[in-house]
Amino acid sequence: MPNAINIALIPLLPFAGFLLSGLFGRKYIRNFAGMLGTALILGSAILALYTAYDYFFVYGKVDGVYQQFVPLKITWLAFTKELSIDMGLVIDPISVMMLVVVTFVSLMVHIYSLGYLKGEERFATYYAYLGLFTFSMLGLVLASNIFQIYIFWELVGVSSFLLIGFYYDKPSAVAASKKAFIVTRFADLGFLIGILILSYFSGTLDFQELIARLTSPESNEAKAAAASTFLGASALTWGAALVFMGGAGKSAMFPLHIWLPDAMEGPTPVSALIHAATMVVAGVYLVARLFPVFALSTPAVLEMIGWVGAVSAIVAAVIACTQTDIKRVLAYSTMSQIGYMMFALGVSKYGGEAGLGYTASMFHLFTHAMFKALLFLGAGAVIHYVHSNEMKDMGGLRKKMPVTHFTFLIACLSIAGVPFLSGFYSKEEILLAAYHSNTAIYYIALVTSGLTAFYMFRLYFNIFWNKPYEAHGGHHGHGEGGLVMMLPLILLAIGAAGAGYIPFGELVSSDGKALESHFDIAFSAAPVLLGLSGIAIAAWMYLKENKKPENMASSLGGIYKAAYHKFYIDELYLFITKKVLFNLVGKTAAWFDRTIVDGLVNLTGNTTVLVAEGIKKFQSGKVQQYAIYFLAGVVLLAAFFVYVWR
Amino acid sequence: MEPGLYHILTVSIALFFIGVMGFLTRRNLITMLMSLELILNSVNLNFIAFNKYVWPGKMDGLFFTIFIIAIAAAEAAVAIAIIINLYRSNQSIDVTNAEDLKY
Repeated sequence: MPNAINIALIPLLPFAGFLLSGLFGRKYIRNFAGMLGTALILGSAILALYTAYDYFFVYGKVDGVYQQFVPLKITWLAFTKELSIDMGLVIDPISVMMLVVVTFVSLMVHIYSLGYLKGEERFATYYAYLGLFTFSMLGLVLASNIFQIYIFWELVGVSSFLLIGFYYDKPSAVAASKKAFIVTRFADLGFLIGILILSYFSGTLDFQELIARLTSPESNEAKAAAASTFLGASALTWGAALVFMGGAGKSAMFPLHIWLPDAMEGPTPVSALIHAATMVVAGVYLVARLFPVFALSTPAVLEMIGWVGAVSAIVAAVIACTQTDIKRVLAYSTMSQIGYMMFALGVSKYGGEAGLGYTASMFHLFTHAMFKALLFLGAGAVIHYVHSNEMKDMGGLRKKMPVTHFTFLIACLSIAGVPFLSGFYSKEEILLAAYHSNTAIYYIALVTSGLTAFYMFRLYFNIFWNKPYEAHGGHHGHGEGGLVMMLPLILLAIGAAGAGYIPFGELVSSDGKALESHFDIAFSAAPVLLGLSGIAIAAWMYLKENKKPENMASSLGGIYKAAYHKFYIDELYLFITKKVLFNLVGKTAAWFDRTIVDGLVNLTGNTTVLVAEGIKKFQSGKVQQYAIYFLAGVVLLAAFFVYVWR
Repeated sequence: MEPGLYHILTVSIALFFIGVMGFLTRRNLITMLMSLELILNSVNLNFIAFNKYVWPGKMDGLFFTIFIIAIAAAEAAVAIAIIINLYRSNQSIDVTNAEDLKY
């Protein structure tokens, strides 16, 4: 059986780090905060690995099916006998897998930041934020009920906000952090309404019971939820769709993706941890957590998830081909890969062979965390060396930074789907799942995988090949970065290369039963060939400095420009908010506030002043006048009581 | 003729209105204070008369009277202290000069 204390310690250790560095970091343990945070997260990572081993190989499997355990459950807020908000820990294949991913990547980022943020003024604060984020993410992963997941969901949102705005003296970082917070908050509004709908109809907040009640068609709860309709869709459908809206916001799905590229204003290790490997996959995790509800009760929503994922994947891939800021390329790449995970869930079904998409999605989540964290950390090393995010300031770095170059290449090959690296295996599974379920999505995914290979190698060649490197401004006294920066790169490169050999189908599947994954060379031929040709085109265009990219851009004309400007989605949002919302709604509301609300308040005040002006003359200061008033009052009262009252 | 309740009440009323008249018309604060004492004494007279003629066996009216006398003494002391202070600041005890406390 799972050991509740061990599992509870996994999120609590980083939380302790947050408290210690947050409270005492500035004064007492300033330089020590990084080591402290790293040591605590190391403890978490060891416990998570131990838990994973224990779960997958010792007690998790009963009769060939991986079970769900709830080793700890505390009633936190009891409203009525039936309705209470609990705090619990849930142990099942996906939560255990996420524990490993989050603690491992977080550990890598903690170690890497020791070098990357050395000498930073707010070093301890940074580690406090990292601890807070890791705690919240682990809490989100382990949440046993839907309200608990919402609490931690907001907590990761806050830590993401804090870390994006870490360089708070930079206006663009401040704007980016606000944008990220507002956009995800907007999506979370949908999530909250979705939670309320689902829990209202199921009468519980607990995941296990909620899923059980809503998925069995005979249960009263499912019938009631299916029977009440709104705008032509059942309440259940609305609830599921709104919950997905929250997930789409956090996972930067089209059209709620606009915050992710801007979030790159944060320190690069943060982008690796939050905006590549862990937080942005929370939406995928949420859909996976509620997968039976989506798959069995609301297939329409699941299909929508598939399409949203596919559209995000290809739109982001096209945009990524045109960006020049290396972190933005990686951001769009992240969005595209998360799109893959989403549509893999969308094309999946519950149970058995048809549940391949679910396994593939989780598999891709795992491998993507490895190679995308590696890409970001590698990009961080490059930025650290060059002091610029722009591709044009780079080039020819392969001799200067051999370790970064090598590990970056592994990650690029992996994400491009080159055989025998991890990305290949997970992407093949996703494509296979799409092929069997939805051919249109399959072709979109195929094109996207070609684009992925192209833009990743465009990035790679532009950083490490192209023109020879010349230092800008004459400051390149430091080398590639110390051991603390290289070690995470090497460890992640091992992960990115080898994660594909984990027999994922046996460990993680939609119904807990082992899933046979088989590879078909004939099927793999198309995506691999597309990937390789993408790499070849990138090499042809960017290996040496030449005029081809400019010519290509000008011959594509409008399409290139639209993609370069991210299809004007930001502008569209600005138009809607600034022109439409501010003018129509905002100005009306302001008028109402100024004239009606303020007017009423002013009316009260003005009336009082007017009355006071009229009666203040009575206060003359003449004692005898007062005496007359007094006497008159007494006489009047006496007359009243004698003649009227009786 | 033995004087009865009505006689005493008549005196009391006369005393009361003399006091009121004095309080409202005189400008000298000391005189106003004296008028106030007249009003109080008319009330005392009332208490005594009612006690004697209406509830002869009881003492309540007498007690009230004694209280009022005591309070009137204290009040006179306070009032005179105020008047002295007023005189110090205004060089006058004319009530028309003491009109600073107004809106």
